[in-house]
Amino acid sequence: MAEWLKDVEALTLKGQIKVPYTWSVGEVGSRFLVALRDEKKIIGNQCSECNTVYVPPRKNCGTCFREIGEDEWVELGPEGIVTAYTIVRYDYPVQPTKAPFAYVIIKLDGADVGFVHIIKEDLDKLKNGVRVTAKFKEDRTGHILDIDSFVIM
Amino acid sequence: MEKIAIVGVGQTRYEKRKKGEIFYDMVYEVTTKAMEDAGYTLDDIDSVITISNDFWDGRTISCMAVQEAAGAHDKNVSTVEGDGTFGAFYGAMRVLAGCKTTLVVAHSKGSEGDSKIITNGMFDPVYHRSLGLDAISSSALQANAYMEKYGITEEQCAMVSVKNHGNAGNNPYAQLPLDITVQDVMQSRKIADPLKLLDCSPISDGAAAIIIANGENAEKAKTEPVWVKGVAHCSDAYFLGDRDLADPRSLKDAARRAYAMAGITDPLKEIDVVELYDAFSYMEPLWLEGLGFCDPGKGGKMTEDGVTAMNGSLPVNPSGGVLSAHPVLVAGLARIIEAVLQLRGDAGSHQIDGAKTALAHGINGPCGQSHCVWVLGRD
Repeated sequence: MAEWLKDVEALTLKGQIKVPYTWSVGEVGSRFLVALRDEKKIIGNQCSECNTVYVPPRKNCGTCFREIGEDEWVELGPEGIVTAYTIVRYDYPVQPTKAPFAYVIIKLDGADVGFVHIIKEDLDKLKNGVRVTAKFKEDRTGHILDIDSFVIM
Repeated sequence: MEKIAIVGVGQTRYEKRKKGEIFYDMVYEVTTKAMEDAGYTLDDIDSVITISNDFWDGRTISCMAVQEAAGAHDKNVSTVEGDGTFGAFYGAMRVLAGCKTTLVVAHSKGSEGDSKIITNGMFDPVYHRSLGLDAISSSALQANAYMEKYGITEEQCAMVSVKNHGNAGNNPYAQLPLDITVQDVMQSRKIADPLKLLDCSPISDGAAAIIIANGENAEKAKTEPVWVKGVAHCSDAYFLGDRDLADPRSLKDAARRAYAMAGITDPLKEIDVVELYDAFSYMEPLWLEGLGFCDPGKGGKMTEDGVTAMNGSLPVNPSGGVLSAHPVLVAGLARIIEAVLQLRGDAGSHQIDGAKTALAHGINGPCGQSHCVWVLGRD
């Protein structure tokens, strides 16, 4: 840095990039989100080669690299077991709720992979191995946050 | 593998806020430093890789905006959006593919954007982004999974922070040298359990560059060449729930392949110094396990026993590591540069005496989704 800059305030330029997107959620994503919205159900799908049950569902199995078929849908949860958690102590605009709240990885009943979501209440009772169940919102729009949060049972 | 070497390195001082320098200035600084180090002119460089990220830069196709500063005008240029170790991997491939030399340069400024919003943007928009996850909260999930599985303690992780911030005191390029105690780390502000403020790397500005040359051109450099003995990378699944966050499978695979290339069978005995990507304190023991320096779950003990200290049998992050300066993308290149300095005997007061073989490591994606492992040697 030039010597003279040390004695003055360097100019800065404020700006923001704000780009609206409309992402396709895809074939399996649509089915998953519609099940949340219309039936308050969490669904996944199963690779019939390695038998892994995925949630959210996948178009293809990453391990076997084969397409997961139309007849391989399974209903999961809504209960499950917490396998990892963190209690978040800071607030940020991208978060869906006020801190403190928790991120959790949940092994939903019937699933083989973890499902990431949030817990808002009873944080003092939260530990790995506790059973939780999905709490759905009244007004659902076909969104991952149609599940308001998971609650400790 | 055909012989290739790192013949020149350059880095800025890493700082919280480089208000006086724009991206272009930082890239020019490290490019000229790396060329001076190698004793090369622009004519000696025939290929350039620039590394950047559009969100951190705040402009799209950011990698194309620093070409003249990188000496890339009228040259064969390509770009990488990812950690510097991966950009350097591409640079090495170019030299192996016939380029005589490749300059690899990375830049980023954490101070100018918003790290939580940017790292939130790495998550899938349909399923994960609207949960608000970011680099810190996702890593906190990994820290929890790792500690739970093996009984790694918060104190053991705090020891990593104490060690690395202490090492940074000897490195003039580091941003955050700190003389702290385990108690200071334990009592620092809770961020996302089990992570506390002093378990987390800082937000940093900086740039770094290296020059990779083929055997013939390496001999023309004025520096003692540092040879690439082995290098490999590997990726795990994108979704956090698909992975065992306490088992860095992709790191094990990358390490296995890099060691095979380098002819290493007992890494703990054969490697003299390690520079790894400790964005959070827990990552150091976890990556040490993945790199095969100890059994799974024993990484915390390695720190506790002093094995990884400056005077231990396997010094880890003598530079102060990523905990002491975290310019995103640049940080992996900084690990390679520290390894090079160590092997050349140019590491000043953070020199590990007699280092002959060094390992440098970088990560990409949430919670170390992918890993890149470099084994470098003097002979």
